[in-house]
Amino acid sequence: MKRLRFNQQEIVFAVFAALFLVFSIFLRGFLTPENMLTLLQNVAVLGILGLAMAIVVIGRGIDISLIAALAVPPGLVLQMVQNGHSLPASLLTAVLLTIGFGLVNGWLIAYAEVPSLFATLASGLLLAGLGQTALFQLDVVQWSDGMKGFERLGQGTIVGIPTSIVMFAIACVVVAFLLRRTRWGAYIYAIGDNPYAARVTGIPSRPIIVLQYVVAALIGCFAGLVMAASVNSMPTRIFNSTLIYDVILVVVLGGIGLSGGRGGVLNVIIGTLLIGTMLNGMTIMDISYAGQNLVKGVVLLLAVITDSFLNPRNEETAQQGDI
Amino acid sequence: MKRIVSSAKVTAIALGLAAIAAPALAQQGLDEPFQKPFKEALAGKTVAYVPVAMNFDLTEGWYAGMKKELEPFGVKFEIRDPNWNTNAGAQAVTSLISEKPAVMVIHNPDVQTYAKLLQRAENEGIYVIQINMGSAYRSSAFVGANWIEIGERDTEAVVKACQGKSNKIAIVQGALSAAASAYTLKGVENVLAKHPEIKVVSSQAADWDAAKAKAITQTVLKQNPDLCGIVGFWDGMDIGTAAAVKEAGLTGKVFVATSGGGERKGACELVKSGAFDLNMSYDVPTQAAQMAGTIKWLLSSGAKAGSIKGSEYTTLIPITKENADSPTACWNLSDLKK
Repeated sequence: MKRLRFNQQEIVFAVFAALFLVFSIFLRGFLTPENMLTLLQNVAVLGILGLAMAIVVIGRGIDISLIAALAVPPGLVLQMVQNGHSLPASLLTAVLLTIGFGLVNGWLIAYAEVPSLFATLASGLLLAGLGQTALFQLDVVQWSDGMKGFERLGQGTIVGIPTSIVMFAIACVVVAFLLRRTRWGAYIYAIGDNPYAARVTGIPSRPIIVLQYVVAALIGCFAGLVMAASVNSMPTRIFNSTLIYDVILVVVLGGIGLSGGRGGVLNVIIGTLLIGTMLNGMTIMDISYAGQNLVKGVVLLLAVITDSFLNPRNEETAQQGDI
Repeated sequence: MKRIVSSAKVTAIALGLAAIAAPALAQQGLDEPFQKPFKEALAGKTVAYVPVAMNFDLTEGWYAGMKKELEPFGVKFEIRDPNWNTNAGAQAVTSLISEKPAVMVIHNPDVQTYAKLLQRAENEGIYVIQINMGSAYRSSAFVGANWIEIGERDTEAVVKACQGKSNKIAIVQGALSAAASAYTLKGVENVLAKHPEIKVVSSQAADWDAAKAKAITQTVLKQNPDLCGIVGFWDGMDIGTAAAVKEAGLTGKVFVATSGGGERKGACELVKSGAFDLNMSYDVPTQAAQMAGTIKWLLSSGAKAGSIKGSEYTTLIPITKENADSPTACWNLSDLKK
């Protein structure tokens, strides 16, 4: 008899479906179109960040500095506009800063061979520190008149759908295309699956790894712009928050194994949906902040345990010094 | 002859005037006996400032205000920035105790973490001034806002705005363990106890985070589109709350009350734009001046650290559409730094 086997994606989807069903039945006001849109809107930025993290994790890395890329370059845009620079010039500066940051990350990991966890931990601190000491006047950079019109990136609706959801959808399509339809995407899977074999077959693994971190930083910056537009300011000290854990939670929960080479955009969407449903349900039930953290912690632990059962460490994965 | 008489008269008058004036001219200025010991008490003393973090309007404002008042007297004003990290803050306080500054100005992240350390500092002879967010230990002085009063006045305004409406309100708290959040909540409860008709549909902590405040408020507004008011706990975070209200098209219908330091961009501009209906300002420049005044008084008093304990609650300025345009309701950080 064939043994029943589920992969993590299916398990998480089943959990999501069950939770969704329970909330729909028992929580008044949960299953309304408005609430569904709010649910998605609340996790859109998290989802975009999840896409960036997914690219890196599929390539067998991790990017702890993602929140710095989310906070600092968009904060710089707001600060420069506040100081009287034009919006296009500020955006260009921010994008260049982001690319530079991604290059540094990539170089450290691909060429200097610093483990990605430590490299991005340090570089994230560096970028956030740079922002705080040199770039911003205050932690929360306020929206100014020069940004007029740009708030549409995160506020309002496009054909009835909140803009931030549309941005998440666009990001999903772009990343799915990059991963599934381009040679670069195939290389990332190959490197994530087995970096040595990838190198032997002639894949330019080091430049690909660098590119991976540049793209992740750019997506992070994009998420930051959506967030800033959505709350009409850039609270740059979000770097000190637990957001990065939520991002890892989305990715791991969605079924992208930390040992690399597996998963895709669909996993991020499923992970995001589960988190969104949990947060939304807990907010409607008025569960305290500490209680919500507890639930999230338990879920992350369960996800990591499931991950290590479904993607067990073996000779091959243990050798590359994954996290 | 006539000329001689008149010139004699003039001379006599002049001499008479001189005689009256003479004692005054002869006397030296009176030395004020107290300013010299005052100056000596301050010169060369170190004042250490430990905020929860720099780089936001409150802590930058206090820093600029105290620096301006103290440095002309030769006080060394030092800063230790824990950057929102409570452990780093506790370490900073611990190392300061061994460095023995004359005064420590402490901004507590919560009511417990520093309490024992502050007591130790006073035992070591260091004056401790706690600002805006106090701890469980009462030190030489507390200078700051009366959070209970803020909670009460904000809630009263929301309750008033809710009259004849749905009576449904939401509360957006800060970080649960912070004095500012816990005491404000107490103030909110005090008022709600008198108004049983008010229904709190949501009371959640957004951890001083604007994005989180927005997410919570969005969900609450979708569940309760007839909400009539929101009590927010800090304007820096409630930018998110207000953004959610605006996005739901409910600006003006949902009364948003909050509190903050009264910096122009964060307070008056946002009240003018309609984001906030009421912003209780604790007026940072005045607070800074009171902090500096307390430091001067303590240093010159010669009192033993820990032997006297007092509080200075700052007067609140309610910022509404009526006074948001006035030049005195808010302050500019850039001006204070000059």
